[in-house]
Amino acid sequence: MSKGGAVAGLTERAGDRLFRYGVLCAGLAVVGLAAALALELASGSRLAWSEFGPAFLWSSSWNPVSERFGALPFLYGTLVSSALALAIAGPLGVGSAIFLAELAPRRISDACCFFIEILAAVPSVVLGLMGIFILVPGVRAVSPFLIEHLGFLPFFRGTPYGVGMLTAGLILSIMILPYITSISREVLLSVPRPLKEAALALGATRWETVRLVSLPYARSGILGAVFLALGRALGETMAVTMVIGNSPRISASLFDPAYTMAAVLANELAEATSDLHLHALMAIAGTLFMLTLGMNALARWMILGTPTARRRP
Amino acid sequence: MSDERTYSILEARGLSAGYGSGDAIRNVNMHFYDKRITAIIGPSGCGKSTLIRCLNRMHEEIPGTQVRGVVALSERNIFHMDPVRLRRQVGMVFQRPNPFPTMSIFRNVAAGLILNGLRGERSLAEVVETSLRQAALFDEVKDKLDQPALNLSGGQQQRLCIARALAVEPKVLLLDEPCSALDPIATAKIEELLLQLKDQLTIVMVTHNMQQAARVSDWTGFMLMGELVEFGRTDEIFTTPRDPRTQDYITGRFG
Ligand SMILES: Nc1ncnc2c1ncn2[C@@H]1O[C@H](COP(=O)(O)OP(=O)(O)OP(=O)(O)O)[C@@H](O)[C@H]1O
Ligand SMILES: [Mg+2]
Repeated sequence: MSKGGAVAGLTERAGDRLFRYGVLCAGLAVVGLAAALALELASGSRLAWSEFGPAFLWSSSWNPVSERFGALPFLYGTLVSSALALAIAGPLGVGSAIFLAELAPRRISDACCFFIEILAAVPSVVLGLMGIFILVPGVRAVSPFLIEHLGFLPFFRGTPYGVGMLTAGLILSIMILPYITSISREVLLSVPRPLKEAALALGATRWETVRLVSLPYARSGILGAVFLALGRALGETMAVTMVIGNSPRISASLFDPAYTMAAVLANELAEATSDLHLHALMAIAGTLFMLTLGMNALARWMILGTPTARRRP
Repeated sequence: MSDERTYSILEARGLSAGYGSGDAIRNVNMHFYDKRITAIIGPSGCGKSTLIRCLNRMHEEIPGTQVRGVVALSERNIFHMDPVRLRRQVGMVFQRPNPFPTMSIFRNVAAGLILNGLRGERSLAEVVETSLRQAALFDEVKDKLDQPALNLSGGQQQRLCIARALAVEPKVLLLDEPCSALDPIATAKIEELLLQLKDQLTIVMVTHNMQQAARVSDWTGFMLMGELVEFGRTDEIFTTPRDPRTQDYITGRFG
């Protein structure tokens, strides 16, 4: 090897090392940040945990005056509003993804996807405002009909204020729909063409091909999209705070006002005066953190489980 | 020129097809005789796949394709038939083995039957077994029918795909270079299998391998740049071709 080559090799190796350490530091910084956050949440909430113990999670009183704190109404509000959003946006999102990926011509599909992604970029305050001006009166207008015809179910009873669990679920479903649709579409588009052709050559119709080949192949990816959306819904704050009614109670009726973990944090954190109140709020923040973390981990695990690296002869 | 002991079940008349800009095949006239093997040979890009895909309208699955002329299945123009019905009668096996990756071996073979509904009083298991036997695969997989299809070797996967196509009892089976992803032993198995299947159905096969065409087919069509240059009995094509271009190709004098 010539001298010049050796020198070049050396500097290259040095650059290589620099790059490695740089990347390592960046990676460690991210991990460190997450760890610091978890630590801060833990130490900031220790009073609440020592005062109420794990019962904090299933106690339903929330009274800053008498200093009784329990997270259940918020946990309930977060889970139910997210589940509602998923029940609406899940079938809708997957359905539209099937349409966009399998039936619509590619150009129309791409155009639709562009608008759907714009929807995902709308700030949540703006959506919240739309919720106040459109969804709240809308829900108030249709609820008498629901009460009359579905009133035998406990979910559709009581006084329709307009704000409440149903409205929150609706606005959340609008927020997560773009995620479900665009990721599911992407996953469906990645189904190998030869597999679809195999089904078609057997005499399958378009829909049968979707059912026989595309959906099973894309299943884990679609599930991942749904869980990613769920993670998003669980943590969503602004829009929900604006339309859910912010009342810490547990009621089966979807018309009743409720409260979510994110919303109570946004509303009370700045005004909390007593240490216990502050720590109780931090305990809620920690719970929410764990919940969304778990949901995202699940989603990622499922998306990575998509059978793309299958053995081919 | 015809086959005295049989009849033409599938026929292309003045068939042209293309992908938006210009024709990939032009004015192809060709007979496919019942219970015979017809091979289509020619250099890469000459339109063999385009032609064979037209025969069961799979070309329509590629956006922007157009087609002119007639393909008649038992004297009925297939372009006036329901493509779904047509494909149940004219099955297809592709170049790369493409079993359904999420399904077991059994489910793969049963897929077409589950779609189309079972005919007669035979049970699903019976049809699956018969199809696997026809594809000379049954003995190799009979103990692992519920295992994923992807656990099989490439050659086994290709025979599984043939079994899957056979299960719906097509009249015609189209194969587009079915052996090009396989080793010589797996290739020999498939060739043997095709010769056995000839008793039951009509086979159309695209191949790059001239020895293969000579070994298994009864009729051969030679294509060049989108045109069917010569069509005739395989032994005649390979011994006394009438067109000098065919002569050049089969003697390997082609660029
Ligand atoms: N999807 C497509 N879009 C546009 N043009 C295509 C497409 N598929 C094939 N063609 C063109 O049509 C012509 C015939 O292609 P075809 O695939 O039928 O050839 P072939 O004989 O099967 O070749 P090979 O032996 O390599 O498989 C080629 O010129 C090719 O470029
Ligand atoms: Mg080809």
